Amino acid sequence: MNTDLVVSLIVSAIVYGTPLVLAGLGELLAERSGVLNLGVEGMMLMGAVTGFYASQQLGGPGWIVLIVAMVVAALAGGSMALIHAFLSITVRVNQIVSGLALTIFAGVIGLSTYAGQVWNIGGQHGLHQLNRVDLLGLGEVPIIGPILFDQDPFVYLSWGLVILVTWYLYRTRTGLYLRAVGEAPRSADAMGVNVTKYRYVHTIVGGALAGLGGAYFTLAIAPIWTAGLTAGVGWIAIALVIFAFWRPDVLVLGAYLFGALSSLGFTLQAYGVQMPSEIFSSLPYLMTIVVLAGASTTMARRRIGTPAALGVPYVREEG
Amino acid sequence: MATHVETGPAPAGTATAGPPPAVAASGVTKRFTGGVVANDRVTFESRRGEVHALLGENGAGKTTLCNILTGLYRPDEGDISIDGRAVHFRSPHDAHAAGIFMVHQHLSLVDSLTVAENVVLGWSRTGGVRYSPHRVEAEITEIAERYHVRVDPRARVWQLSLGERQRVDILKALYRDARILILDEPTTVLTPAEIEQLFSSVREMVAGDRTVVFISHKLPEVLEIADRVTILRKGRSVTTVERAGTDASQLARLMVGHDLAEGRVRRATAGSGSQAPLVGPRTGSFFPTGGVPTAGTSVAGIGDASGAVDSPAPAPMLRLDAVCADGDFGRQVLFDVTLGIRPGEILGIAGVAGNGQRELAEVIAGLRPHTKGSVRVGDEPLTSGDARGAIERGIAFVPEDRMGTGVSPSLSVTENLILKAYRSGAAHAGPVLLMSRADAEAVSLMERFDIRASGPHALVRQLSGGNVQKVVLARELSSEPRVVIAASPTRGLDVGATEYVRSVLVGAAERGAAIMLISEDLDEIVELSDRIAVLYEGRVAGIVDAGRCTYEELGLMMAGAA
Repeated sequence: MNTDLVVSLIVSAIVYGTPLVLAGLGELLAERSGVLNLGVEGMMLMGAVTGFYASQQLGGPGWIVLIVAMVVAALAGGSMALIHAFLSITVRVNQIVSGLALTIFAGVIGLSTYAGQVWNIGGQHGLHQLNRVDLLGLGEVPIIGPILFDQDPFVYLSWGLVILVTWYLYRTRTGLYLRAVGEAPRSADAMGVNVTKYRYVHTIVGGALAGLGGAYFTLAIAPIWTAGLTAGVGWIAIALVIFAFWRPDVLVLGAYLFGALSSLGFTLQAYGVQMPSEIFSSLPYLMTIVVLAGASTTMARRRIGTPAALGVPYVREEG
Repeated sequence: MATHVETGPAPAGTATAGPPPAVAASGVTKRFTGGVVANDRVTFESRRGEVHALLGENGAGKTTLCNILTGLYRPDEGDISIDGRAVHFRSPHDAHAAGIFMVHQHLSLVDSLTVAENVVLGWSRTGGVRYSPHRVEAEITEIAERYHVRVDPRARVWQLSLGERQRVDILKALYRDARILILDEPTTVLTPAEIEQLFSSVREMVAGDRTVVFISHKLPEVLEIADRVTILRKGRSVTTVERAGTDASQLARLMVGHDLAEGRVRRATAGSGSQAPLVGPRTGSFFPTGGVPTAGTSVAGIGDASGAVDSPAPAPMLRLDAVCADGDFGRQVLFDVTLGIRPGEILGIAGVAGNGQRELAEVIAGLRPHTKGSVRVGDEPLTSGDARGAIERGIAFVPEDRMGTGVSPSLSVTENLILKAYRSGAAHAGPVLLMSRADAEAVSLMERFDIRASGPHALVRQLSGGNVQKVVLARELSSEPRVVIAASPTRGLDVGATEYVRSVLVGAAERGAAIMLISEDLDEIVELSDRIAVLYEGRVAGIVDAGRCTYEELGLMMAGAA
């Protein structure tokens, strides 16, 4: 293997891993607050379609259009998450049911596809695409240049978010309270932490990140929209959170591992390696199963794991 | 006038001249849904710099009153004031802000967080966004030293013993600079040494002009620590008395409304391990246990396999030989534990919490593998970490963690009762459960074990602590086990349930079971046991005859000084 191949494998691992980083971080925040959001896939699809539509409709300088499109995508994901938050936190519907319902509602045979058809964006070629930005002019540096300094703004944003979320979780009071809310809401409540507020905020922010993750497909990877284009990435993001033991730093590595598997086929093809594409396409999903089994045994052995109150609605008890 | 000087004992129960009371409740009434009046026009006040005991039986309304004082409940009637100013708390957080903090019996800590993280949860001294572990740990260490409340701020709460967890909650209060601390039955989970440590912390707190409200139903400790005592009975405040002007019998009378009857469960014999021979229901043979010359700290006839031959005692029913086991972090916590319990004998396991008691119980119950040594029931060795094997060999386990390990709270009484019987019991035909038969069996067990529930279909989580424990006992003991491992079986139960649980254990021993009673309540151990083994840092510090040992002797062994 030559260096070029390795570098391009890493670069595409990062590109294909970025939606996983964004959606995974979002899911991580929601789950840390005790809310299991199985609607990630649906939220990503809504982000993808609304972001693309916004970028096609808006006029003005490309970078402003793209920023607005990203905001639109985040709002789409966030408002879906608001529905999930209302159903699971306020009404205390079963979180699994609520999340699944949202994914079905917004999914391939649902709202996102319908919106794409109504807006008639199916065959359109995107007018705008997030291009790579050569950071500090270091993009030409061999090996690390293309990997670290020649990515698109979404990638830099995701790196910033990983650092931010890690710092937030472990080095801020709100992060500490968030962990307490996910582990022992009653104790947190008794100490004056507003459990409902924390859950709402983190579920909604989580949904917004899922929306951004979806928009990455249509605004950065390829400026086109097709129905159901996330192809299960939302589900992998949920698995990834478990695999990462609810830690952002592990999550980012896992995301790039999955990114590498997803892009392995294209990259090797580009280098002339011939293999049935079905094998490559199935790799991320097979990996999900293997990794989840492995993560579960590690968690059992090392007593690390799921936020204790994950999926459990909180009811304040007055005698 | 401005300084707080008492020139003599104030008349009991009346407001004193001078500064307003640190905390006061007047005419407080609290009704719960279902018509229970937990507090009925309760009046209570406590001064600055005093230890004020709230004395009363379980259900007298002590905890309810304090939950009202700390904003967990809102009173239906009546007023609360702090330093003479009326307050209306909407949540415990409001109460914390007003300087009043309650250390609950069921501690509200977040298990997966560190001690430091738990202490700062919901509270910031500086108001900043950042959480700096090093600074907080230093602050906590400083407070811990000043008030003799020793805990490692970096430890995670799930690693701590119950006594240590209580200290974390006390640290929480002190970190918030609470002027009024309410301790709800704080000694229940403590060993004698820990109680002394707690009392010295409490004295340090009142010396700093804080107020400590001490909820208890134990007279000796109230007499030891309190300056004044308010007695509650059936939801009403009876009176307030000065410690100096009262004694145990007066307090007891005020507490129960009549003279205390001697109604405690005692072994038929004075704990010498020589109760009357009884028929073992499983084997139908006699287990004569009289005249066993166990004395001092020897483990005569139990330690080695051949020892049984030259001892007149029957072979132990449960025998541990040099058992070693690791704790939750893979650190060794049990070191060469050698013990034997004969049929019909109750062996008490005493020790400061966290000296290997939990792990010992789990090893015998097959829930934790042992790394060395052997565990035998009768002649059969137990496979390491084989819970089902342990059950099949007749080991019953009454775990410390009743709700988590003992029962499945969201299943019904019937379902919990058949959890173990499903393999052998008559309540199924092949894989199909015969629920009507199971229900009938459950109803009869409910009667036999005095389980008070609305019916066999009541969910276990709706039952009171005492009834939950009875469900566990009914399931574990109805199969007439050969060995019973009971870990803190009466913790948190009221007097009636406690006596009942003890009588069930004594009854099982009288029917020939070998009982291991692990408890942090030394009185309970001394009262029920024939012999007492003391665990210290995972080793057997000594085994003594319950009839012949003194508290000093036990205390020294528990402290590792013997």
